[in-house]
Amino acid sequence: MNRPIFLAYLSGYAPRWAGEVAQAVERGLGHPVSRLDLALDLTPYYAVERRQYHATLLLAALLRHLPDPNGKIIGLTSVDLFIPVLTFVFGQSQLDGAAAIASTYRLHSEYYGLPGNEALLRERTVKETLHELGHAFGLVHCRDQRCVMRASTYVEEVDLKDAEFCRACGERLATWASTLPR
Amino acid sequence: MNNRKIMIVDDELSVRKSLEEWFREDGFQVETAEDGEVALRKMPNGPYDIIVVDLKMPGMDGMTLQKRIREIDRDAAIIILTAYASVETAVEALKAGAFDYITKPVDPDDLSHVVQNALRQKELTEENLRLKEKVSELSGPTPIVGQSPKMRHVLELIQTVAETDSTVVIRGESGTGKELVARAIHAQSRRRFFPIVAVNCGSIPETLLESELFGHEKGAFTGAQYRRKGKVELANGGTLFLDEIGDISVKMQIDLLRVLETKRFTRLGGDQEVTSDFRLVCATNKDLEKLVQENAFREDLYYRINVFTIQLPPLRERADDIPVLARHFVEKYARAMAKPPRTFSPEAEAAMVAYRWPGNVRELENAVERAMVVGQGTTIRREDLPLPVENGARDPKDLSLEALEKDHIERVLTQMDGNVTKSATALGIDRATLYHKIKRYGIRR
Repeated sequence: MNRPIFLAYLSGYAPRWAGEVAQAVERGLGHPVSRLDLALDLTPYYAVERRQYHATLLLAALLRHLPDPNGKIIGLTSVDLFIPVLTFVFGQSQLDGAAAIASTYRLHSEYYGLPGNEALLRERTVKETLHELGHAFGLVHCRDQRCVMRASTYVEEVDLKDAEFCRACGERLATWASTLPR
Repeated sequence: MNNRKIMIVDDELSVRKSLEEWFREDGFQVETAEDGEVALRKMPNGPYDIIVVDLKMPGMDGMTLQKRIREIDRDAAIIILTAYASVETAVEALKAGAFDYITKPVDPDDLSHVVQNALRQKELTEENLRLKEKVSELSGPTPIVGQSPKMRHVLELIQTVAETDSTVVIRGESGTGKELVARAIHAQSRRRFFPIVAVNCGSIPETLLESELFGHEKGAFTGAQYRRKGKVELANGGTLFLDEIGDISVKMQIDLLRVLETKRFTRLGGDQEVTSDFRLVCATNKDLEKLVQENAFREDLYYRINVFTIQLPPLRERADDIPVLARHFVEKYARAMAKPPRTFSPEAEAAMVAYRWPGNVRELENAVERAMVVGQGTTIRREDLPLPVENGARDPKDLSLEALEKDHIERVLTQMDGNVTKSATALGIDRATLYHKIKRYGIRR
């Protein structure tokens, strides 16, 4: 049973490699991926004192824009995200839910004072998108060093893992997909 | 994926929600509480591996909550969370037993490290306890040794009852190995990965036995500085072995009966009911039926525990096992004392077989241990064994073949429960010859 996945680029964010991310996510999860361009006003989610955007509130907004109740939506944004207790997050997801969000803000090499690398940025974005969607499909963090569900709290850890689910996580995804109501 | 449990105590809903999501994604089972009172009420839902406590909360502050949690649970790793970092409060928190101290907003990498370190420390502590258990298992109990028909029957009974969850009563004289049998039952049961907790009811004064069995709350009596779990609670998931159950007072019998029926009890000085899932194995050398008749043992408790009985024979009724057991103890003590194993001289072996061993296997083990200490050379001699000549051991003048034959026939008859046909077969003679010898030696059957 397929679950439509909506890859929503937020508020004018339109990287050249958006199509390649969609293809990689479709291959990784085995569900059809559609691209959305969502003109969401981000102003209400901006925390002036932190100069960051509130990921949890953005998740709630994304849910209101879910085109298909059987589907899952992930917002992709170039702005910096936070949740109240943490200094930043690469992304956030509703565990076993319908919405997720990922930010490319801290995935750019330039953020760390290094020369830009578009291929690396695209690869990191694919990994974070698969990771957050993995949570939305009910997966928790994995201990496998190479698995995309491995927790990463800094960008080097994102680079260390593969853009793929390990066998165990892949099997869990397949099992759940087979038990979904038609 | 892990099966660890965490509680987040913070008055800010957004912090609770954020951390809840963060830890759920990490595979934790998460509980949240908006203040200290709620957190304390949720403590029985634990045990928690980690408790994240906000320092500044309305009502009970984080520092007080930390102390209250410590009174209930000394094992949970407490991580103090605060928006206002100061060296003084950090030091105070760590002194009061917090695992670590982090400031809001937390760098995800810092949070991840603190949590991983806390879990690693817990795992090491748990592993340490498991290894201690293992060491005590390896150095402690002796395997059940014996080839005699009576012991083979005992081993069969252990195997039969181990897999069930039935209460077992092990009966037998002092020193026959009742605790060994209890441990063998536990080791072969599905509860073997949980602890077996032994209590010698006869050696603990009644006033202390209640707290020993059921535990106590802080302040339940003078000197009760901490909450202490009782043996019944510690046996949760495993086996509770109550030795010398015939020695407990009638009041304790009532309490015990209630626990056996409900598996619930309250700690001394407490009002909260605690549940413990254990299998009961008990042992006694007393005549329980006689105690029931004398109203010294409650009839209802007797019927509650008397589900499956294993009767251990005294050593004198399985004399064939004596040389085997003696050699087993020689090997055990040779290993323990780093000495070469010794053999028994024919006189020493004959004396051991002839002796009545009122203290049973325990007495035999002590005798062999002593012989290993005092003896010289490669052979254990008769005089190395602490066997009293006048108390059952044969006087040298009685070492005639006739005397030995009489003893041997008596032992075989006892082993065969007085059955002449079986005894004659075992002795390799016909029934008529055996009857003749019984009459000649004046043997009573």
